[in-house]
Amino acid sequence: MTLRTESSTSTGRIGDSPQRPDATLKVTGQFAYSSDLWMEGMLWGSTLRSPHPYARIRSIDIAPALAMAGVQAVLTADDVPGINAYGLDHPDQPVLAEDVVRYQGEPVALVAADHPEVARLAAERIVVDYEQLTPITDAMTAVGHVDWNTPGRTGVPSLHPDGNLVRHVKIRTGDPDPKADVVIIGEYDVGMQDQAFLGPESGLAVPAEDGGIDLYVATQWLHVDQKQICAALGLGPDKVRLTLAGVGGAFGGREDLSMHVHACLLAIHTGKPVKIVYNRAESFLGHVHRHPARMRYEHGVRRDGTIVYVHATIYLDGGAYASSTPAVVANAATMGIGPYDVPNVRMDCYGAYTNNPPCGAMRGFGTVQAAYAYEAQLDRIAAELGLDPVGVRCRNALHEGSRVPTGQLVDSAAPVVELLHRVEALPLPPPVDPSRLDLREQPGGVSNTTHGEGVRRGVGYAVAFKNVGFSEGFDDYSTARVRLEIVGGEPVVTVYTAAAEVGQGLVTVEQQIVRTELGVEKVVLAPADTRVGNGGSTSASRQTYVTGGALKAACEAVRAEVFDVAQRCYGRMVRGLRLVDGKVVSDTEGGIGSLADLLADTVVERTVEWRHRPTYPLDPETGQADAHVQYAFAAHRAVVDVDTELGLVKVVALDCVQDVGRAINPQAVRGQIYGGSVQGLGLAVMEEIVVTDGLVRNASFTDYLIPTILDVPPMRVELLEYADPHAPYGLRGVGEPPTISSGPAILSALRQATRQPLTHIPVHPDHLIGGPVALTNPE
Amino acid sequence: MEFLTPMGWDEALAMKADRPDALPLAGGTDVMVELNLTAHRPAALLDLTRIPELRTWSTTANEHIRLGAGVTYRQVIDELADQLPGLAMAARTVGSPQIRNRGTVGGNLGAASPAGDSHPPLLAVGAQIEVSSKTRGSRLIPIDEFFTGVKRNALAPDELIAAAVIPTARGPQQFSKIGTRNAMVIAVCSFALALDAHTEVVGTGIGSAAPTPIRADEAERYLTEVLQGLRLWRRRSPLPESVVRRFAELVAEAAAPIDDVRGTAVYRRHALSVLARRTLTWAWDEYWATGQSAA
Ligand SMILES: Cc1cc2nc3c(=O)[nH]c(=O)nc-3n(C[C@H](O)[C@H](O)[C@H](O)COP(=O)(O)OP(=O)(O)OC[C@H]3O[C@@H](n4cnc5c(N)ncnc54)[C@H](O)[C@@H]3O)c2cc1C
Repeated sequence: MTLRTESSTSTGRIGDSPQRPDATLKVTGQFAYSSDLWMEGMLWGSTLRSPHPYARIRSIDIAPALAMAGVQAVLTADDVPGINAYGLDHPDQPVLAEDVVRYQGEPVALVAADHPEVARLAAERIVVDYEQLTPITDAMTAVGHVDWNTPGRTGVPSLHPDGNLVRHVKIRTGDPDPKADVVIIGEYDVGMQDQAFLGPESGLAVPAEDGGIDLYVATQWLHVDQKQICAALGLGPDKVRLTLAGVGGAFGGREDLSMHVHACLLAIHTGKPVKIVYNRAESFLGHVHRHPARMRYEHGVRRDGTIVYVHATIYLDGGAYASSTPAVVANAATMGIGPYDVPNVRMDCYGAYTNNPPCGAMRGFGTVQAAYAYEAQLDRIAAELGLDPVGVRCRNALHEGSRVPTGQLVDSAAPVVELLHRVEALPLPPPVDPSRLDLREQPGGVSNTTHGEGVRRGVGYAVAFKNVGFSEGFDDYSTARVRLEIVGGEPVVTVYTAAAEVGQGLVTVEQQIVRTELGVEKVVLAPADTRVGNGGSTSASRQTYVTGGALKAACEAVRAEVFDVAQRCYGRMVRGLRLVDGKVVSDTEGGIGSLADLLADTVVERTVEWRHRPTYPLDPETGQADAHVQYAFAAHRAVVDVDTELGLVKVVALDCVQDVGRAINPQAVRGQIYGGSVQGLGLAVMEEIVVTDGLVRNASFTDYLIPTILDVPPMRVELLEYADPHAPYGLRGVGEPPTISSGPAILSALRQATRQPLTHIPVHPDHLIGGPVALTNPE
Repeated sequence: MEFLTPMGWDEALAMKADRPDALPLAGGTDVMVELNLTAHRPAALLDLTRIPELRTWSTTANEHIRLGAGVTYRQVIDELADQLPGLAMAARTVGSPQIRNRGTVGGNLGAASPAGDSHPPLLAVGAQIEVSSKTRGSRLIPIDEFFTGVKRNALAPDELIAAAVIPTARGPQQFSKIGTRNAMVIAVCSFALALDAHTEVVGTGIGSAAPTPIRADEAERYLTEVLQGLRLWRRRSPLPESVVRRFAELVAEAAAPIDDVRGTAVYRRHALSVLARRTLTWAWDEYWATGQSAA
């Protein structure tokens, strides 16, 4: 293990921090995002959306829209040629609503026009006659429960043919009726967070001469989009070709389709290229969010702080359509006890259909919500027993060799205790100097609400626990093609993969892997598209692991072929061959020759489909299985100053120690930790889509607040590198863990400062001053 | 949508008289958001950014600042922090550097949002708004009469805002604003306080806690009477705690807040009382400690 606190930018191999290939373009504002796509003669698409959370459609009159000058097409569900249903897990979501709308913002009709304003105005002229129905807006009610884990409510209308339960995951391990000295029960709820990516949903669909379609779109997974688009259009995969357009952030919000099929339908219908770009308000309605959660946790502990059992119940509100709710439910359930070794566990996690906005993937994927509950419980255990919060966590921490509640063995590093000790040992920020008033250091900032009055400091800790990669037996793989050739006397490698770069830096890592494996400086990345095999999803902290693994394997295959060529040229077998600086070198015989000479016109190209080790489905009754690929851990310490009279917060420090297995690109790893920590901070203290009776009340950046630089403290970050023997280069996925622990650490610090229970996340000023709880999603 | 580009003030007034449906455009930080996010399309935009005199301020004979409607927050912060400290403090809390560079006090008054941050300090000092039309010339509207409803003001359809006429500070001023983020946030509620050591009068302004920005009349009256009655202006002694408390209560009572997505009525009232207490303490400490007075 090495401890890394500084990063270098040397030669662009693994372990270095070379500049991103798109860095200059992005910093100078010249990078082309999907919203910048343009083509001569293209049309603009616009989407008419339901204003109601739940209603029957009696009729749709498109005539007034068609009558407008400049309008080229107006389409409804009747115009969907294939199956009018899509979805990541199962296809339950219509491309365009048929007889019923199930959430506010559900697409009902489409317009293509020669100007975006015309398209929008025309969409408004479409007359839809709705019969409003009473929306179901609470997950517990939706699944017919009268109390935690207690069925008994009848007469709840079904929003889908199979009822309102999307999935129930049960985990049962150990003694079903355990005894403990002290029992701590807590109830928590987490509001709906948005990915708040800056680049709105957008893309350009271009009809092709072969009757097919080329779609340029910002997404996280080209091939899963392609599959769903094919079904909706009734076209084969050879006719539906996708190319990744510039992605302005994703965080899970681009795993589901948004405008994809819509643009294709309009393009096929009009025979012209069609571009669709959502505006900010539409974007808030146009992608899935993080599931709101209601959670009840019961911890039984011995007096020394050892956890004897955990009984937990979680309801996740999946909203109107399934999206990835089934997998999110499994994650919340299997990771929901946290990084703690607990012998007796009873966990029930439910995902429900309601008439709220659909919820699906977001960074952390089910574990974020649970972490708020389990970490709050750990603090309460410490308080109740008069123990140190870090000490209680260490006493119960998972280790390599522990078994998690699903029975799976933790078979690589799980340095929870070390992470906690290291983050605890980092220097604390100094107290605010009262003789030097700087409003930017105060809760409220330059809004000038306190000069120190009412301000109390708190410190809190939390640990993240996250599975990396797709779980439960999913065939999770990636494809990479590597081509080595001599161009202008120089070896050049071209990498082909469909894996989506969404800002995280996969493109940089790809170049580093090739340089390391093939000793070639010049690495060209072909545009990500569906002409190469499936790259899998850019999610679950998996791309460096899986596409990185595929690329490494493809490089190895290319290298073996190069060595063959070299030995054929050399006339005999040579031992200990390596590729260094464009040359084939032997450990025993020195330089064999340059690639330029050895290869000349020979092009070496290999394509590899690469899988991580298999996982297995959960037992439906006990939840037992080796369901996950790899576990990742991070620990945060938060220091906060709270104005206890006004309930305003300044996060003073947010330090993190994370085990990353191997930092392929230390600067990018740190970037993930900074960004992830801030996204967690946002959920802790400000980010919530407020939904009342199924209606979104803050679909704008005016009222959906995300952290500004004055809300974000300087962060100390330490990386541990305990290699995972099962993973390429020993790496561990890094993108999600910091998002999971930063918020709970802040909540812990806020509770210490205010002595309030703070059971609703995000906290509101009212909660922090102990006043009436208000403004949460209605129950 | 037509785009009208007057090069001078008279031309602008003539165009507005001609086209009362034309929407004035200053920094555009409200107008452009509105255009981007809503279906509302005005028949015409009247671009006021090419009129130099709107972007300047001057000092009048009676020690008032005549602040052209097109003066930006940035200018107020950089150039007027001494004469108009309350307004400058409010300007510092507006948006982000980009918004402060473009956004104007005139635009804030034009939008007349209950959350407009320039409004409470203008109320606290009793500013007047100078408005003009082609046919009737100019008139001064007392700030108390300027806000007529949620996002409505006293302008006639053919009128434009020319300037705000603002008394220069003759005593400490404060402005505080509550937001659930430490920068770039719309006020959950806000409070402005102005102490006039010359006339021995207290002024207040409350934002985001009623359909329009308002003054806390009772609180002003109470504190003015107590300070005069106890001769505290001259004695320069600390304020009795009970006076601060009563003032804070009266400020909270003056508000008529609602529950909305930014906060609850109960919280707004509570927060206003805290802000009133703190700002009064800071202002009085400043007055008392520095011995600074116009007397
Ligand atoms: C990101 C962001 C953050 C913001 N933060 C804040 C904040 O913290 N506090 C705050 O108070 N506001 C805030 N605002 C709102 C806005 O910046 C202010 O209201 C600003 O003062 C508007 O000034 P402007 O010059 O941009 O006005 P414009 O947008 O040009 O105009 C605003 C309104 O005034 C009218 N108008 C403009 N000039 C005149 C005139 N001379 N005569 C008659 N009518 C006129 C316009 O027709 C329009 O109705 C924010 C806006 C944004 C986009």
